[in-house]
Amino acid sequence: MSNIPTDLRFASTHEWVRPDGDGIFTVGISDHAQELLGDMVFVELPDVGAGVGAGDDVAVAESVKAASDVYAPITGEIVEVNEALEHSPELVNSDPYGEGWLFKIRAEDAEEVESLFDAEGYENSIDEE
Amino acid sequence: MRRLAAYTSAIFHLSVVIPMPNKTVLYAKHLESSAKMVDFHGWEMPINYGSQIEEHHAVRKDAGMFDVSHMTIVDVVGSQAKDYLRYLLANDVEKLQDKGKALYSGMLNENGGVIDDLIVYYFDASNYRLVVNSATREKDMNWLNAKAQGFDVRVVERPEFSMIAVQGPNAKEKAHSVFSAAQIEAVTGMKVFYGVQAEDLFIATTGYTGEAGYEIIVPSDEASALWQQLLDAGVTPCGLGARDTLRLEAGMNLYGLDMDETISPLAANMGWTISWEPQSRNFVGRSALEQQKAAGTEKLVGLVMTEKGVLRSGLKVMADGVEGVITSGTFSPTLGHSIAMARVPASVGATVEVEMRKKWVTVNVVKPSFVRNGKSTL
Repeated sequence: MSNIPTDLRFASTHEWVRPDGDGIFTVGISDHAQELLGDMVFVELPDVGAGVGAGDDVAVAESVKAASDVYAPITGEIVEVNEALEHSPELVNSDPYGEGWLFKIRAEDAEEVESLFDAEGYENSIDEE
Repeated sequence: MRRLAAYTSAIFHLSVVIPMPNKTVLYAKHLESSAKMVDFHGWEMPINYGSQIEEHHAVRKDAGMFDVSHMTIVDVVGSQAKDYLRYLLANDVEKLQDKGKALYSGMLNENGGVIDDLIVYYFDASNYRLVVNSATREKDMNWLNAKAQGFDVRVVERPEFSMIAVQGPNAKEKAHSVFSAAQIEAVTGMKVFYGVQAEDLFIATTGYTGEAGYEIIVPSDEASALWQQLLDAGVTPCGLGARDTLRLEAGMNLYGLDMDETISPLAANMGWTISWEPQSRNFVGRSALEQQKAAGTEKLVGLVMTEKGVLRSGLKVMADGVEGVITSGTFSPTLGHSIAMARVPASVGATVEVEMRKKWVTVNVVKPSFVRNGKSTL
């Protein structure tokens, strides 16, 4: 059974969101997603400063198995990306909710996060797949 | 991550249409090592035990083992066994003169397409052993039996055996630590591509990784004990994921991707496995092959892409304005970038264009061999 931390919010497309304060949110992909994809080999990240809308494909997680688009779970501006993934994409596998984070967004409207799944809702959505 | 859903449902779909997948006798051992199991052509097999890249490196740098019990072992015995195999196979078993010597061959249909690729071991002119693919088991057995008509030969499947491949620079040493003194003596000094029956084990210096090692045929009731002994000797269990990246780095074909019944061996880098001489030897597919050779065929080449991204099976290739296709592609853990095999026009130059994520990317063309004995061959 995959790990679904209860303090995070989740998109149906398997991204997680963590509030860092000051309207900034860290985004990664869930343990369930990394498990399905298998060993990560490349992660393409968005440009810092880019404006993104919720649902835009902004990153690519490429594993031994497949290349998958990663979507912005909320609208805002990319303020930081995880440059460690350039040389260590396997961090997405080994620590998906920690060192394997992808990027940070300054939310246009922090309330938008409330529309995402909580842990229980995300778990139910996985079970229905 | 839109594609995830499709991937997941594909897995569920497979498990629905195949109600009772076969399990090898090592199934419980795989679960003990936390294997992630997948359906592989009707067999429930380990895809990895955590990280297929780490398993890949274990084989390149130390020793790994694979459960290949799903593969089909067939003994061919009888006074006309040699005549039968000289007719059945595109390679010529007449080349096999030393007891235990192995030969790689395609088994072709009358149109010169590849029914399967296999290894044949020679014991004597009336006694051979074949190892064929699992995904093609049923059609292979039908073909073997159909072609045996008129020959004094028996085609005997050996489902009572399991098979474990131990591969890597330290594979032999670690395997020797679990072999008996008699088994060690039997394999000491044995050259590459030979096999020997030593007590209860058939031990062969063959493999599918580009590393040294053994493929061991073991009675199924002893397979779990052997697997455990190898684990205790420090051999890393490896799944089908690592098996695929290792064989692709080694430039070895995978049946169903790099060739099939519609593809000439000449277009699958298997020209070296066809014995044209003596011309008097008639084998299945010979006349079609001769026509293909005269007319010219596509060829299988290697592709190397050092930029980000992964070349994948099925991607379209343009070579000098003519279309080709990637037959197998992957991220090479040893090289740190993507490699592939592609079937392209024979006129292909030093580069081709590959369509990736709606963009055309230029990649280099090489011989289809990338890594041998842990080292890049590029």
